[in-house]
Amino acid sequence: MVRLITHNLLACHVKGCTSNNFPLEFKDVQVVLRESEFNPDFLRGFIPKIEWTALVGAARELGDTSLPDQPPEMLDDDFLKTLHHVLLEIHVEEGIMICPNCKHNYAISNGIPNMLLAEHEIG
Amino acid sequence: MIPTPDLSHLRPEDYEHVYEPAEDTFILLDALEQDAEQLKSISPRISLEIGLLLANPFIRSGSGCVSSFLGSITGSSAVLYLCTDINPHACKCSIATGRQNKVALEPVNTSLAHPLLARLHNSIDIILFNPPYVPTIYDEASGAQKDRDIEGSWAGGHDGMQVTDKFLPQVADLLSPHGRFYLVAVAQNNIPDIQRRMQENYALESKVVLRRRAGGEHLSVILFTRTK
Repeated sequence: MVRLITHNLLACHVKGCTSNNFPLEFKDVQVVLRESEFNPDFLRGFIPKIEWTALVGAARELGDTSLPDQPPEMLDDDFLKTLHHVLLEIHVEEGIMICPNCKHNYAISNGIPNMLLAEHEIG
Repeated sequence: MIPTPDLSHLRPEDYEHVYEPAEDTFILLDALEQDAEQLKSISPRISLEIGLLLANPFIRSGSGCVSSFLGSITGSSAVLYLCTDINPHACKCSIATGRQNKVALEPVNTSLAHPLLARLHNSIDIILFNPPYVPTIYDEASGAQKDRDIEGSWAGGHDGMQVTDKFLPQVADLLSPHGRFYLVAVAQNNIPDIQRRMQENYALESKVVLRRRAGGEHLSVILFTRTK
């Protein structure tokens, strides 16, 4: 269940890795699409929390190029449906997320991101 | 009356890794139900359930039960329901429990909220924490939590507050301006002292919203909010 909405919230937290530690880069991913209920109010409320450039980049890494470089000023239903699909319906089931700074690898297995660190990596 | 989430999908082998909901889970569910209108009125967008070192003595927070219940109050598609747990099996159970109850839960296998701190400053509207609260010997607590196995949830530290104390500063950082943080505690945790420290250190106001005696334990749910 690593959906892009969650990926957009995860940063590398290795001790000392505090800049350029987001967004994590996908590698070797297996993706599954699952429909979910469209809720425009949720999306409108969530847009201010999104790091847009990171979302667009992550979607393109997964082969989805439907999002514009900048969020439009008019949040019409067509746009919100596109955003809904990208944020909530693309599930990364297997793969790796790599920190752009320290290159730490975080594995995704059965849809669960393993963000645990070893003792010496904890800040 | 909101029904308790359906956990019939969990098998005996799952309960070797996560605990079956018990009184400390139910008091948290009851506190949420009692606050249902307030929870809806803040139009939450993100919630976070800390499953923590697995669960604890009598609870099994790792099963996704509490977030599923919250989902039945605030709406399955209206909120992003994040659940963290140090135990990967608990994360699997959370996904399954969410599906069983038609709420998409987003488990992250991590300790507390570490990988979310950079992005979710003042952004989480509802935080739920039923920590390992039974007092134990300090060494036993750190050893068990290192094992990341079921013992971890039994080991709350010398006054049952070792894990909770690590998380309280993160709460102060993550909670949104109108956010609500629900914490389960027992009498031995020294609840007035927790409340005083949260006020002095982080300007978080609090009140005990539910109190109950369960067996030999005095359970409480404390609600923390930002000072107006």
